[in-house]
Amino acid sequence: MTAISDADDGYRPSPLQLARVAHRRRQTVVSVVVASASTAVVGVLAVVAVTGAPGWDRVKQSFLDPAVARESLPLILDGLWLNVRLLAFCAVGALLLGLLIAVLRTLRPAVFFPLRALAASYTYLFRGTPLLIVLYLLTFGVPGLRLQGTPSLLVLGGIALTIVYAAYLAEVFRAGIESVHPSQRAAARSLGLTYRQTMRHVVLPQALRRVAPPLLNDLVALQKDVGLISLAGPIDAIRMAQIQTAQTYNYTPYLVAGALFVLMAIPLIAVTDAVTLRAARRQSAEAAA
Amino acid sequence: MSAPAVPPVLSCRGVRKVFRGGVVLRDLDLDVAEHEVVVLIGASGSGKSTLLRCVNLLEPLDDGSIHLDGEHITDPRTDPDRVRRRIGMVFQSYNLFPHLSVLDNVTLAPRRVHGQPRADAEADALRLLARVGLADKAGEFPDRLSGGQQQRVAIVRSLACAPRLMLLDEVTSALDPELVGEVLSLVRELRADGMTMVIATHEMGFAREVADRVCFLDQGRIVEQGPPEQVLADPAQPRTRQFLDRVLASGRL
Repeated sequence: MTAISDADDGYRPSPLQLARVAHRRRQTVVSVVVASASTAVVGVLAVVAVTGAPGWDRVKQSFLDPAVARESLPLILDGLWLNVRLLAFCAVGALLLGLLIAVLRTLRPAVFFPLRALAASYTYLFRGTPLLIVLYLLTFGVPGLRLQGTPSLLVLGGIALTIVYAAYLAEVFRAGIESVHPSQRAAARSLGLTYRQTMRHVVLPQALRRVAPPLLNDLVALQKDVGLISLAGPIDAIRMAQIQTAQTYNYTPYLVAGALFVLMAIPLIAVTDAVTLRAARRQSAEAAA
Repeated sequence: MSAPAVPPVLSCRGVRKVFRGGVVLRDLDLDVAEHEVVVLIGASGSGKSTLLRCVNLLEPLDDGSIHLDGEHITDPRTDPDRVRRRIGMVFQSYNLFPHLSVLDNVTLAPRRVHGQPRADAEADALRLLARVGLADKAGEFPDRLSGGQQQRVAIVRSLACAPRLMLLDEVTSALDPELVGEVLSLVRELRADGMTMVIATHEMGFAREVADRVCFLDQGRIVEQGPPEQVLADPAQPRTRQFLDRVLASGRL
C-alpha cells in the first residue's frame, strides 16, 4: 500500500475519536491494575501457604541454608563448567548430525533409497532407545573392548548424548523441511537452482526459522541431560551437588545447582525468542501494519 | 423520492485510517442501502481494501464511525465477533483453510459460531455448493482445486452464515482470465438474489454490469460516485478520467 505522506493534512480528531482513545486508555489502565492485583494476590497466597506450613522451618534449614550455599557455590560452578563445555560440544554435534540425517531422509531420487532407509532407521533406533542405555553402552562397553586410542569417558559420554539427540533434532528438522510449501521448491528449481542450491538457499532457511523454537526446546532438554554424564564418572554440577549434600547432610547444593541450570537456560531462550520475533516482524505484513 | 424509514445497511461516517504516518482513508463517507451493490474502483493503494477491512473490523479506525443496520460497530465496547457474524468477507487470495476439506471449510462457521448441528450445516453447505456447481468437490481439499473453484468455495463459505452484507476484496485479481468468468457470474447471481454488497475490483466491465453505484477512490477519498454509466463513461472529475484512461490503455476495460 503506497501511503500518502502528508499526515499533517489539517486533521483534527473528532470528539468521537477522542472518546474512543480515552476509552482504550482506560481499558489499558484497568487491565494493568487487574493484572498486578491478581499477581500480588497469588504471590502473597503462595508465600503464606509455604512459609506458614508446619514443617517450613525444617525445610528452610535443609534446603535454603545460605552458609551451605555460599560454601558449595564455587565447587558447583566448577562442575557446571564441565556441563557448559559438554553442552557446547553436544549441541553443535547433534545439530549438525541431525540436519544431515534430516536432509538424507528427505532425498527424493530412488538411487538414494539405502541412505534414506539408513537415516530413517537411525531416527527410529535412537529415539526409541533410552538415553541411559546408550550412555552405558558407550562409556562402559566401548572401553571394555580395550582398543588402542579409546577416547576418554567424557568424550564417549558426549558422543552418546550427541547421537541420541541428533535423532530427535533430525525429526524436528525434517518437519521444518516438509513444511515449506512445494511451490517454493518449484520456484527455486524454475530459476535453474540445483537440488542442493534449492535446499541451501530456499528451503533450509525457511525451515530453520520455522523450527527454531522446537529446536531450542530440545537444546534446553539436552542441557539438562548433559548432567547424566555424571553416571559414567565425570564430576559435573549435579554430581558435585550430590557430593556436597552427602558431606553436609543439607540439600541446599541441589537448589544451587538447579538455580544455575535455570540461569544457563535463560540466555538461550531469550536469544531464540528475539530471533523468531524479528523474523516474524520483518516478513509478515499483518504485524507490520 | 421518500426518505428511507430504515437506516442503510452500512454507513461510514468520516472514516480515517493511518498506516505508519501515511493517511490511507481520510474523512470518508459511504452509505449502502439494502440490496444495493456498491463497487469501489481506484488505483492500488487508494484505500479500497483498507475500507473493506475496516468495515469488517479487521483494522481499527483512526477516526470516524461505521454503522451496520444503524448500530454503531466501531464503538470500542462492541464485540467484534458479533458484528463479523453478520458480515461475509471474501479475500483476493481465497484464504481457504488448507487443512480442511471443502465441506469442512464451508461448515466451520455455521457449526462452531452459529451452533448449527452438523447434519443441517452439511445439508445447507451441499445445497450451496451444488448451486455453484461444486457439489462433487465437497470432499476435496482446497489445494486440489483450481483458483476459480477455490474462490467460489470461499464465497460459499461466507454465504453459509447468511450474512447481511458481503464484502468482496478483489476476488478475481488472483485468477486466470478464463476463470474470472465463473466467479463473476456467481457474484451476478448474488446480486440477483438481492444480496447487499461492497465490491473492490479492477474489472471495469464487471463494475459497469453489476454495480448500482460506482465509487472512485483516490488518496483515501471518494472523489466521484454515481451510476456506473455516468462514472465510467462520462466522469465529471479529471482524476477519474485520468484513472480510466490508464485502465483503458492497459486494455482492462
